[in-house]
Amino acid sequence: MNYNITVKEFLEEAKAGNIDYSDFSFRLFKEAEKLNKKYSLLQCIAKGKAKKGPELFGLPVSVKDNICTKGLQSSAGSSILDGYLPPFDATSVKRIKEACGMIIGKTNQDEFGFGTFSVNSAYGVPKNPLDPARSCGGSSGGAAGLTQALDMPHVALAESTGGSISCPAAFCSVIGLTPTYGLVSRYGLIDFANSLDKIGPIGRYVYDTALLLSVIAGNDPRDSTSLQVAKKDYTKCMSNDVKGMKIGVPKEYFKSVDSKIEKTVWAAIKKLEANGAKYEKVLLPNTKYALSAYYIIATAEASTNLARYCGMRYGLHLKLEGNFDEYFSRVRSKGFGDEAKRRVILGTFARMSGYRDAYYLKAMRVRTLIINDFRKAFKRFDVLAAPTMPILPPKLSAIAKLSPIEQYQMDVLTVPANLAGMPMISMPAEEKKPIGLHLIGNHLNEDKILRAASAYEVMR
Amino acid sequence: MPKEKISLETIKHVAKLSRLELTEEELKKFQKDLDDILLAFKELDKARPKCQASFQPLPIKDVTREDKEEKCLSREEALANTKHKERGFFKGPRAV
Repeated sequence: MNYNITVKEFLEEAKAGNIDYSDFSFRLFKEAEKLNKKYSLLQCIAKGKAKKGPELFGLPVSVKDNICTKGLQSSAGSSILDGYLPPFDATSVKRIKEACGMIIGKTNQDEFGFGTFSVNSAYGVPKNPLDPARSCGGSSGGAAGLTQALDMPHVALAESTGGSISCPAAFCSVIGLTPTYGLVSRYGLIDFANSLDKIGPIGRYVYDTALLLSVIAGNDPRDSTSLQVAKKDYTKCMSNDVKGMKIGVPKEYFKSVDSKIEKTVWAAIKKLEANGAKYEKVLLPNTKYALSAYYIIATAEASTNLARYCGMRYGLHLKLEGNFDEYFSRVRSKGFGDEAKRRVILGTFARMSGYRDAYYLKAMRVRTLIINDFRKAFKRFDVLAAPTMPILPPKLSAIAKLSPIEQYQMDVLTVPANLAGMPMISMPAEEKKPIGLHLIGNHLNEDKILRAASAYEVMR
Repeated sequence: MPKEKISLETIKHVAKLSRLELTEEELKKFQKDLDDILLAFKELDKARPKCQASFQPLPIKDVTREDKEEKCLSREEALANTKHKERGFFKGPRAV
């Protein structure tokens, strides 16, 4: 049988009993190993056995390295978690297994999600399958790269703090869905920043992401920030109709954007208009503060989260020498990469007595302004449309020459909606092109962004 | 936002609080990086937010569960990932 089929076709074939699972698995893992040698997309491959029941019928699902998966190394791209085999599954992974998804491995990422290009991983740098000299984007680079490269049914479980689903989805020309903050349980996620982290799917088609979201979304008593929302079949939000949809186009999101991206995204918006949607420009005046506020909040939270890594309970261990201060410092200095150290220092500084009000608390207040900008806009519009990234995927050799702040500045378009916890989809504005059309919705309006995205997928 | 540049002494202090042993070279590199980053963040100085801080993006109520005993990790599972254990306990470095 030819297995170069879509997720939807796979489910239909599986329901009809037409999948030879041992043959399918054999070919899938052979292909995954071949692609991994070529592009370094996975930290490990797990040759699981497919379960044939509903809802996923043995559909292959890859899991980002920072989401705990029982018995599989879950290291968040960091040496400090080398060898860590979680004794439990994250809620999202547990739900995928219960829905008969087959976990096929852990995808490569920036250490703890600290990066925009996936170059900060202890397990190799994933290469973009569209052009191996270029970055996959980050931090879920392996997830998006594998989704692009693997021409077999597969969905990736990824995670975003400030754009880590949207950015790699744009660079690898696939679909990335970041859900509303709290819609998907964070239990079992190796935290970066608790008030920002969101687990979500990356897929080849909008349907694939809606399907996986339906499996993983819903309240979880193990995550106190998880929203009380009933389970829902998000594939039912798909539509090929955008008639009457009101689209806001934020003016600020086109400043300093590559001209090719600007042109392509505008063409996409005009296509939506030609199919019955109405668009208007909108102002989100506090956008200019989002990047600074985001990096202060994210690093402040990260610096507390990373305090737990001290070489005692899991991951990297050294010989127990010296007192606890000396031992912990030695382990952390050896186990953390450069970017992790930089962010711990920045975050600790921002929370330090004398600086806390000026940086951390001010950033938290500015976050309210940004949330209010979005709330105001969503009184008039169903979705906002903009470019996902201001640049095309850079060459890996060019990234090495960027300073840390120059790298952070690449997140300028993804951080505002992430800071506000809004749901968003990045999808290729043109097929096989690394240019993302970013569709942002109001809190819990996943149905509207899925409607616009699925319709655009058909008209594209 | 404070106007002065970050001194090497401040970076040393922050590294100590962060439990990081940094070489002189690393200290100097992070001092420069932090200066560049904070300079770029000066934009925040212009913001005059007169609103409450949002510690979460959505309003979240306290959630508690019923105070009932539940299954948790076994001692073996909890200790499975450590090399430093003794008689069923984690073994840590000395306190002083």
